[in-house]
Amino acid sequence: MSKQQQKLRVDWTACVGNGACAELLPELIELDEWGYPVVDGRPLPVLLEREARSAVAACPKLALRLMQS
Amino acid sequence: MRVSTAMPRATTLPRLLPEDGNPESIRAHLARHGRIPYRGNTGVLIRDLEQSGLAGRGGASFPAHRKFASVLENAAKRRVAPVIVANGAEGEPASSKDAALLGLAPHLVLDGIQLAAETLGADRAYLYTHSVKLGDHVRQALAQRHEDLVAVEVVVAPPRFLAGQETALVSHLNGGPAVPTFSPPRPGERGVSGLPTLVQNVETLGHLALIARYGPQWFREVGIPDGSGSLLSTVRRPDGRARVFEVPFGLPLRDLLGDPTWIGAVLLGGYHGTWIHTDQALRLRLDNDSLSAVGASVGAGIVVALPVDACGLIETARSVRYLALESAGQCGPCLNGLPRISAALTDLARCRAGRRTLGDLQRWSGLVAGRGVCHHPDGTVRFVRSALETFAGEVERHMRGQCGATRREPFLPVPSDVARAEEDWV
Repeated sequence: MSKQQQKLRVDWTACVGNGACAELLPELIELDEWGYPVVDGRPLPVLLEREARSAVAACPKLALRLMQS
Repeated sequence: MRVSTAMPRATTLPRLLPEDGNPESIRAHLARHGRIPYRGNTGVLIRDLEQSGLAGRGGASFPAHRKFASVLENAAKRRVAPVIVANGAEGEPASSKDAALLGLAPHLVLDGIQLAAETLGADRAYLYTHSVKLGDHVRQALAQRHEDLVAVEVVVAPPRFLAGQETALVSHLNGGPAVPTFSPPRPGERGVSGLPTLVQNVETLGHLALIARYGPQWFREVGIPDGSGSLLSTVRRPDGRARVFEVPFGLPLRDLLGDPTWIGAVLLGGYHGTWIHTDQALRLRLDNDSLSAVGASVGAGIVVALPVDACGLIETARSVRYLALESAGQCGPCLNGLPRISAALTDLARCRAGRRTLGDLQRWSGLVAGRGVCHHPDGTVRFVRSALETFAGEVERHMRGQCGATRREPFLPVPSDVARAEEDWV
């Protein structure tokens, strides 16, 4: 595969536990007991790329990032 | 090319620290090591660094030559001059080796800064320390020097546990609070003033100044193939006194610990480190290959021997309380998790744990590890988990309301000055 694999990462200094990401991407993100996202650190499955992009765009704090792994 | 005229020294230790144990003036420094062996060009020293096998002495053991090469490359790509930072912000209360080095051999570190600046073509350099007193001491040393290529600015960091973390250091030098930030970009890409920045521990730069003079072969004559040279180790034996030794990599821990009769357990790597049983410690050596067998690493060379009459749980709980208070409070999992972990551990230490305490501790530990912009949660969890394993017998006793320890006075050093407000990070 020529395309570089991508990974979701959280900028923890920006995240306030708003929870939008977990609603938009429940396949990869759940919330911990304090409301902060628990992100599956594995490479992003290609099938979920579109949903991941929406979740990244929906974060009001721009805390969710999609990065080359 | 100018070559050092100093004679190669014998392969005895100490190398970094002056043998007489007195602070070294520029005169004494020149008599011991000769002038700075500038190479007359950028890049030249990096090959020597690679052959020496020098690894960073700040805790992460990252190969020095790779950091140098990447900063050089990033600076060349952007056609800018990089920045050098000597990191002496030793926030870890159980370590005093950087303070010892800056106090006793400041000129060796300052030589290392100059050589790093020449190698990378840097025109700015900083020495970053957590102590006003050490800062003044280094400024006095700077005033004695006449062969420096770049001016070195001494910056005193707030006395925070995390202030020496690379991104926190960059944030502080850029005029902000000394708190860790999200990366990328790494400091080697965009650091001080947005320029590629080399951050090296002061001891690493001291070794660099010696490698430049005496060569990588000489450097490797001490230590083992996987851990070359010597390192400064802060050792605390049951008498409670901290001593800094310069020791070869691969030294049996037995030689550092002294009489094992009085040792209840051993802590390697400080408050982000790992507790191990005394009998394990006695079979290990001070190198990453040996210590990895018990999930520990050399880190910044901290070795603590807990007295046999002290309670490992009480001691760990006190230190973890300090770690929780010293969280920068920026990252949700750390902000929420560390105080809870601390409170549960304190309950356990005081024999007041409930049925859920141990389960809570395990769950919260799992929730904070790996979920912050710095390694504070990860390191704290490593410390807590290793305590629960190493003191498993004591945990059982505490659950029954008993503590086997007779000693009541605190052993591990915990500063009373902790972060309370945002101003404490500036």
